[in-house]
Parts: sequence; C-alpha cells; structure tokens
Amino acid sequence: MTVVHTTGARGLAPSREVLANGLTVICKRTTVTPAVTINASIRAGAVFDPPGLSGVAHFVSKTIDRGTTTRSADQIAEELDNRGVPLAAAVTRQVLSLTCTCLVEDFEAVLEQLADIIRQPVFPDAEVDSRRREVTTLIRQDEDNPAAVAVDGLMETLYGYEHPYGRRLRGTVETVERIDSAVLRAFHQAHVSPGALSLAIVGDVVPQRAVEACSAAFLSWPASPAPAIDIEVPAPPGGRRTRVIPMMNKAQTDIAYGFTAITRNDPAYYAYWLMNHIMGQYSMGGRLGDSIRERQGMAYYVYSSLDANVAPGPLMVRAGVSAANVERAVASIDAELTSLVTDGPTEQELVESKQYLIGSLPRTLETNAGIAAFLQTAEFFGLGLDYDVRVPGLLQAVTRDEVHEAARRAVDPSKATVVVAGPYDGSLS
Amino acid sequence: MATGVEEQAGGTSTVREHMLDNGLRVLIQEVHTAPLATVWAWYRVGSKDEAPGLTGVSHWVEHMNFRGSTNIPREKVKGIIEQFGGYWNGYTWIDQTTYTETATRDALDHMLFIESERMGSCLYDPADCESERTIIISELQGGENDPDTLLDQELTATAFRAHTYRHPTIGWLSDLQTMTRDDLYGHYRRFYVPSNATLVIVGDIDADAAMRDVETRFGGIPSGEVGRRAQTKEPQQLGQRRVTLSKSGTTAYLKIAHHAPAGHEAEFFPLLVLDAVLTGAKGVNLWASFRTPPPQRSARLYQALVNTGLASGVSGSIVPTQEPFVYTISATATEGTPLERLEQAAVAEIDRVAREGITPQELTKAKTQLRARLVFENDSITNIAHQLGYFATIARWQDFHAMSGRIESVTLEQVSQVATRRLSPVSRTIGWFSPADE
Repeated sequence: MTVVHTTGARGLAPSREVLANGLTVICKRTTVTPAVTINASIRAGAVFDPPGLSGVAHFVSKTIDRGTTTRSADQIAEELDNRGVPLAAAVTRQVLSLTCTCLVEDFEAVLEQLADIIRQPVFPDAEVDSRRREVTTLIRQDEDNPAAVAVDGLMETLYGYEHPYGRRLRGTVETVERIDSAVLRAFHQAHVSPGALSLAIVGDVVPQRAVEACSAAFLSWPASPAPAIDIEVPAPPGGRRTRVIPMMNKAQTDIAYGFTAITRNDPAYYAYWLMNHIMGQYSMGGRLGDSIRERQGMAYYVYSSLDANVAPGPLMVRAGVSAANVERAVASIDAELTSLVTDGPTEQELVESKQYLIGSLPRTLETNAGIAAFLQTAEFFGLGLDYDVRVPGLLQAVTRDEVHEAARRAVDPSKATVVVAGPYDGSLS
Repeated sequence: MATGVEEQAGGTSTVREHMLDNGLRVLIQEVHTAPLATVWAWYRVGSKDEAPGLTGVSHWVEHMNFRGSTNIPREKVKGIIEQFGGYWNGYTWIDQTTYTETATRDALDHMLFIESERMGSCLYDPADCESERTIIISELQGGENDPDTLLDQELTATAFRAHTYRHPTIGWLSDLQTMTRDDLYGHYRRFYVPSNATLVIVGDIDADAAMRDVETRFGGIPSGEVGRRAQTKEPQQLGQRRVTLSKSGTTAYLKIAHHAPAGHEAEFFPLLVLDAVLTGAKGVNLWASFRTPPPQRSARLYQALVNTGLASGVSGSIVPTQEPFVYTISATATEGTPLERLEQAAVAEIDRVAREGITPQELTKAKTQLRARLVFENDSITNIAHQLGYFATIARWQDFHAMSGRIESVTLEQVSQVATRRLSPVSRTIGWFSPADE
C-alpha cells in the first residue's frame, strides 16, 4: 500500500488513496489546532428513498448512530461525549454524511467508532420508535414554518411530488409512520458500502497515519456495488405557475421563485455560478438585494441560490416580506431577472464577482471543517485534487457573453414557478 | 500617540494591547496560518442601554452604520471588502454592538478605513432611516414566524422585571414604528466614541505596521464620553414565574430560565460545567458555538427528555454577559407529548441536580468537553478576534485566556453549590408555547 502525495507547488495538495475495497480516503494535514475533522460522505442521500416511502435516508441519519453490533446507543453516546466529540449526521438529496471534530490524541479511537457506526448499525426497534417521534416533530415544525413550506412547495411544483428532488427530504408524517427497523436496515444494506464512502481527514495528522487508521478500521469491510440512479428532470413548464399557501397565523410571508437549472458537470457551470452570484449573492444579495432590500426596504433577506448537482437542481430566488408587499416583491424579482436576461451583466459586475469568488477561497479553506467540505465536493463531482488551484482560472475564463447566455438559458420570468407561504391569501399572477 | 499598555502570551502567539490618546483600546495578534486578516470593532452598547420608547435603537443604529459615511458614499459601501474576497457583517446583542471584516491580508487598511469611518462619520440620511425601518420590521416579523423565538422573548421579559435585559434586542414593534432619525443619530453619537470601543486585529499581519495604520486611521477621531449609564439592577426573584403563549401552530415548546451570574463572576464557571452535564458543552463563543451541536447524547436532560421520546431536542444556553443574565433550558415537545409531562420530567432533573450535585465522572467529562470546545471554537482568525473583543467588551479580554484555567479548577463542591443556589424554584421562570389548535 502506498500513499500518493500530490506535490502541487501551491494550493491544498491533498493526498488521496483508494483502499482495496473501494473506499476513498482524502487527507490534508494542517497544524492550526491540535484537532482533526473527519468528514464521512456516503452516496446514500434522499434520492435513493424507495418510491412511495420518502424520508428513509433522513431517518437513517437519525438512527445510524443508535447502536451497532458491538455497541449500544448509550455506549456510543458515552464514548463520544467523554471525548467532547459531537457527531453530526446529515442528509442531502445526494449524500448521507457523518462529520465530527476530535482532538488529535483521540483520532484513531474516534475513527474506529465511526467505522463501527457506518459499517454495522442495527437500528434497534426501541430507538427507531423514539426517533420516529423526533422526526415527526421535525416534519410538523416544517409545516409551521413559512420558509420551509415555500421551498418544499417550489420543489414539488418544479419536479413533481414523487420525484427524487420534488418529494420532501424528511418524508411526511404518513411515510415516516411506515418506516421501521427493517426498512432502515435494507436501505443501509443497499446503499452504504465502501465504494459509496469517501472519508476526508483534515487536521494535525500526517496522511500516512490517517490512511493506516482508515485501513485498520475499514479494510475488512467487503466491497459491494454501489447502485447509481438516473434522475430525469421534467421539461420546463409552458407558462408561469403560481401557488399561494396561506398561513394566516404567521407574521411574514416567504417567497420561493425558481426554475430547474443545470448539472454540476455542465460546461456552462462556471457561467451559471457567476450569473447567480451577480443576480442574488454579491454583497447584500446582488441585483435582487440592491433592489428589494437596499432601494425599496422591503425585505430583511433576499437572495438567490443555484444547486447544480448530479441532476439539474433549482435556481431559486428567496425573500421574506410582509404580506402587503408580496405582489411588489414578486414584480421586482421579475423586473431584475428580466433585465439580467435582456442586457446581461455589466463588465463591472462580472469583474467584481470574479474578484470576490476567487478572493474568498482562502477564507473558505481556513478551517479544517471548511477544507474537508471543499475536498468532499471536489471528490463527489470528480473535480480533481488540484481543484482549489484551478478554480481561479476557470472563473477568470468566463466571458460576459457566456454569463448573458446562462441568464437567457436559465431564466424566463414568464415561465417561472412562484410559491408564496405566509399570512397572504391574495392571488398572484 | 499610542502607548503599549500590556502584552500577554495567549495561546500560540502574543496579544498586544495599546490605548490611543483618544481612548480607543486596540488588541492585535499575529496569526500566520492563512494569508488572511480580520478586524472586529466593538462598542459597549447594546439593547440593555435602551430606554422605553427607544427599544431596538442599538440594532437599528448598527444597520444605519452600513449606510454610508462622509468618505464612503452609500453606493460605494459594497465592493470595498468584496474585491478582496472578504466577508463583512455586524451584530447587536444585549451588551454589545460589533462589526467585522475578514479578507485577504492586503485588505487590512481598507478594513481599518471602513471601521474608522463607522466610528466617526456615518450619515444617517433620513430616507435611508425610513428604508431601514421597514427592513428591520421585516426582520422582526421573520423572527416572529418562529414560535421558539417568540417564546424566548416572552420568557426573558417575564424573568426580568426591572433590568433592561428584559426587552428583545430587535426592539418592540411600536418603538420601531415611531423612532425618529434624531433618536438614531443621538444614540450613535453618544455611544460611538473611541473610549467606548475596542478594535481587534488578528491575522497574517505585522503588528507594528498594523498599529501604525490604526494610529493613522483612528488617531484623529475626537475623544468623547458616553456619560452616565443609568442601569437598574434586577431585584432578587422571590417566586416561580410562568408565561404561556397560546397561538396557532403545530408544535409545543418549553423553556425554563434561572437567573445566572455575569461572565466575570466566579460562579459562572461552575454553572458552565453544570450546563455541560445537563445539556452538553457549548463553549463560550457566541459567534461560533451554535454552528456545531454540543456533544450531548449522554447529558442528563438529553437522556431524560429526548431518549425517552418526550422531546425532539433539548438545549441549554449559558453565555458570558456583562451583568447577570439567565440560564435557559429549551425543549421541543414531540408530537402528542403534553407540556405538563415534559415540564415535569425536566424539572425533576433540575431539582435532582440541585439536591444531589454531579458525579466525579460527570465533572471530568464536562471539563474534557469544554476543553475540546475551546480548541474547536478558536479555529479561525475570525473566531479568535471575536473572543478577544467579546471579552474586552463584557469584562476584560484577559478573561478569555483565563477561561480554560478557570474551568479546570472547578470543583464538585462548587458545582453543587451553584446548582443549589441558582436552580432553585424561586428563581425559576417557566415558559410554554402551547399551540392553540392542539
């Protein structure tokens, strides 16, 4: 076994090793604090929920660390807490992740425990039942939260209620009721395997030590095929769709306005990234922030986000406004988007956004957790070990015409999907 | 000219403290781990410094201080830090208002320029004041969408009868609707004077050169005095209080507050340990701690409330403050769990620890957790600088470095005493958010 060191003169230059069973280990040594961040990323996100049973991957994230074949839930809790290590389990559409930071002296012990949790959870019935109450409560809280209701509503409308991107990540009260220990075990069996797992280890350990620890903890785990999934995205709508979800007990209305966009590996990704940044990110929310917050004083938050992923995720505009300003805010979003589509960005906007995004890299990569997240993204999308070094050039190469083209391709207010949730029961056009 | 007042070894490098002739305290620490620099400008003014009718003024002033100054026209505010890939922000809480920039190190002088302008010459254009009024009301209403925020506000207002910690930092709606531009400007001019501020610089910089830049940028700002700060002390609470919010919603919430010691008091540290035993260690970094969940699976209240299925989550909040604030325990009832039952289980644990104290094993575990937390929450120059400025504002910056030693020296006896004294039912306030359609 050899550890391959990338010898880039600049940049993170992490090392990467694929173990014999297919597990990927990415390491970066830093010496800022006597701590190590371990970020385990498993390609077992909510897109793999069985049809008609949304919420399984999320439920797995809530129960995977509640007992293994060798440790009870209490033992796991006691061991982690005794070392001051919080283990965060989270799930996105694509990925189930387990992340923690520990002191260097605890690294091997914590990694061994993490391996136990990832490899052989048992999902005990009693734990599953009490976590079900927690998950149900989280779902009920979402149902009372205009921001969550608006975003869920947008995703459902854009992709369809049963689509891997359209259904709710946490499931519904009804589906969660049907998820039991057997369902969780089957999901784990099918989707959590060495080939689906990558470990990013960032902190004051040398790569050799990290790889040896990973080998000791994971190498006896037999390889098994990691299933892939094709996600079809519905054709864009023929016209504008609006949906109003009145929540008259609330103080403020949330707007979610969007389109389906592109995949992360689309060649136009960097133009889209800059387009989104100019539209709703730069400084206090880009053009949208300038108009809706700064000039019109209508909202505390307004911004846009782009989720270019395995499948084309959404390009989404979000704002929280008073019910009296819903129509005005939506009209302002329409106006700003139309102007970006019609005229494209200005040269100055493009320069500023490039400067910002390139200049912000050292900040993104300052902490162990920041580096680990960055390395996992690069690994997930196959961007390469030198991605941090290449990003500036990739952004610099984007022209104003390309950003303008991205806006024309992605944005069309006449075909936008607009969802409004809050103390508003008017009719939007 | 600037005078070096004190130097102290702190962690891996030295903090240098200077006081300008106009009274501005400057703390500089070189940290050469990334090509970055951070600046935090702190003011000893927060919502506790607000009189009735003007609640929320400190926070609104914070907003106005991003709206242009004599040498930074409003439309030029954005871009100065962004061109260096930088991040900027500010926040206001009960004791403090603070502003920060973190960017590549070559942006340092730009950051100092912005902060010197902010201290000396913000504009308060009347139209901008009006536009900010509606933004802040939107911020308030966004917060009110969250039952937990609403309950926290009501609980604090019930726990405090007299002290100005009782009103929310964002202010009461009617004050936000009626405050004038002159109210805002008057508050700004009174509290934004060098002697009421601490400037913190941390990062990949040369401390001597940075100090010269500070002298150039801030030396000319006239000194000023805040004047007398009237401050009512909270009288001792003599019996349990209770508040119940009844509003439509899907979920029930419980909060239990007890009066807590200030950050500089000896009792603060045993209470920090006690909280780690009850709900898991959070550390003491208001800027960073909430971003990472505490290690709490084996904590007493987690076991009693979450593992039993009564609550979907439990948390404790003990934060160093200038004056005695509250220690708050919050829990979210699971679907179908009556608040009475959740409260009963929580109070039983609180009463038990007040009666019996904690075990030696729990003390060791809590200290280990807090020690790890202090490492984790100082992993960036932004966090290090935040902590220096935070403690300089609510107590003394040296208290930040003394933190780990004071935690290590906490004894079982001290935890037992603080539990008995602080968690007594007479100093307790219980809050319920009970969904009306339940």
